Amino acid sequence: MTQDRIPRPSPHTVPRKSATFDDYTLSEIRRAAATGIYDIRGGGAKRKVPHFDDLLFLGASVSRYPLEGYRERCGTDVVLGSRFASKPIDLKIPITIAGMSFGSLSAQAKEALGRGASAMGTSTTTGDGGMTAEERGHSTKLVYQYLPSRYGMNPDDLRKADAIEIVIGQGAKPGGGGMLLGQKISPRVAAMRTLPEGIDQRSACRHPDWTGPDDLEIKILELREITDWEKPIYVKVGAARPYYDIALAVKAGADVVVLDGMQGGTAATQEVFIENVGIPTLAAIRPAVKALQDLGMHRKVQLIISGGIRNGADVAKCLALGADAVAIGTAALVALGDNDPAYADDYAELGTVPGAYDDWHEGNDPAGITTQRPELAARLDPERAGRRLANYLSVMALEAQTIARACGKSHVHNLEPEDLVALSIEAAAMAGVPLAGTDWIPGRGPF
Amino acid sequence: MTAQDLTIDLASTTLRQLNQALHRLAPDTNQRYWRVLNPRGGHALAAGLDAPVKVEIDGHVGYYCAGMNKLATVIVNGNAGVGVAENMMSGLVHVRGDASQAAGATAHGGMLVIDGNASARCGISMKGIDIVVKGSIGHMSAFMGQAGTLTVLGDAGEALGDSLYEARLFVRGSVASLGADCVEKEMRDEHRAELGARLEAAGLAGTVDVAEFRRYGSARQLYNFHIDNVY
Repeated sequence: MTQDRIPRPSPHTVPRKSATFDDYTLSEIRRAAATGIYDIRGGGAKRKVPHFDDLLFLGASVSRYPLEGYRERCGTDVVLGSRFASKPIDLKIPITIAGMSFGSLSAQAKEALGRGASAMGTSTTTGDGGMTAEERGHSTKLVYQYLPSRYGMNPDDLRKADAIEIVIGQGAKPGGGGMLLGQKISPRVAAMRTLPEGIDQRSACRHPDWTGPDDLEIKILELREITDWEKPIYVKVGAARPYYDIALAVKAGADVVVLDGMQGGTAATQEVFIENVGIPTLAAIRPAVKALQDLGMHRKVQLIISGGIRNGADVAKCLALGADAVAIGTAALVALGDNDPAYADDYAELGTVPGAYDDWHEGNDPAGITTQRPELAARLDPERAGRRLANYLSVMALEAQTIARACGKSHVHNLEPEDLVALSIEAAAMAGVPLAGTDWIPGRGPF
Repeated sequence: MTAQDLTIDLASTTLRQLNQALHRLAPDTNQRYWRVLNPRGGHALAAGLDAPVKVEIDGHVGYYCAGMNKLATVIVNGNAGVGVAENMMSGLVHVRGDASQAAGATAHGGMLVIDGNASARCGISMKGIDIVVKGSIGHMSAFMGQAGTLTVLGDAGEALGDSLYEARLFVRGSVASLGADCVEKEMRDEHRAELGARLEAAGLAGTVDVAEFRRYGSARQLYNFHIDNVY
């Protein structure tokens, strides 16, 4: 007896995409093939790397005595530049605003950063391109960056500053110089930088008049002499070889060292540079602290950490690992309104979505922050944006205090590595704290 | 009131004391002439001046002499180390001997005159200064020069004017090689007039024939990124 068979398709697998050649990678190959030029974007590393989410605080218990809620005092103040400067900076919170240039940002954004930081008793920082009247006028404490390009650099502004930050590198691109494409070289930006309007400006990647740590020591001497030894002098490096770089900066005479991890943002750089050069912020802190400790300079030369700081927990973790303060850039821009869903339609026109927009170099920012186009910049109300930043800074400080009190600390600087554990072996090894539930610190002893 | 001359001996006075005294000068000070003895190669001498005074240093100086100078005239009766007159805004710095690397680096204004030779990277990232070197200059001079003039009576080393913006370069002698995007340009009357004015300001009027110079400037091919221009 025969039986009619119903034809069925052969079983097959569902479409499977490659983990190696994922959608983004494929799109980048197609983009490169079509254009013949590398991709440029703003922001920091987007790849997933061990970060502060991989650490937890232990909090107080039988063996530790906590402080009560928000009533018992938990200090947040920090003094920066006490090593040599006669006028160190006294901040009310250990969260500063990182260097971002007028040019990469609109004048309104710079003003808003100054307003927000000043409201919270902390500092903001200039960037490549010099000091604007807006940011000096609205920043009670302003750090003046001294960069390889020396755009807009002049001794009058140097003396107006509250501190000087010698920029050797930044976390998004250790070894790379600044980049500001022609769309953002407006007449005002061009005049401040002594450049023709509309050109693609590429800043020098190394300082023009010194090479190496011995020269840096003399350069710091010159800056101190010009400012009569009043101003704290910071040295900022991108996270690459933090132990040696921090040690050399201290040897050269820095009052403060700023260490920027690869998640730290940039106004514009090649994607391949951002994602493949430098090390994560988490991996950089402990070697830097060890360098300071080995030199007997921990807490004498202050350490500022930046690169992917998002909330009070991140702040507390940095401090617990040995930092004196943190600096925020990307998060501060988000607080002002960067990548806000309110501009979803505008982002769609630019071929992107809120949260992913990173073509800051093109100058078309719907939020009016990373642009020099007057009609876009006018969208940002500096007063309102400044209040948003102040609110955000306040929350970060409150969160850091909450954690510190839970750990029984009367000052956020009393947090220590012993308060931390790690959720992964990688994070434990990088941060130098035990894997949670064990007393094992990878690299420091057997499991 | 009469002008006062002061002599500072760095054998018995510290760098800090010297610079602090100079920084405290008011624009209308009568202490307009300062003589500095025994500099002994010290760094940052007369750095950060901001008054129309004359400081004459008898001897060799180290790094960053007259750095960020404004308004003042600084004379070095000797050789100068790295970065003499770096980031100068205005005034005059005159080195009667030779100068090391990065002379006049990033300077926005004023004039730097070097009687002898200047080493590598003379006028690097210059932003408006006028530099006159009576001798020769080293390699990579005027690298990324943005504005101002560099006048060389002798020869120029390799890679002159690499990545040049709008600085104007005049060289009387030979040029070992031109850097990326630097080209020789026609020497027209307005350029001869500009060169003559710079030479006159450097005290060389009538002693040098402007017709002996060649002019170099930016080809402006790197101003906007193009993949074919990658070196």
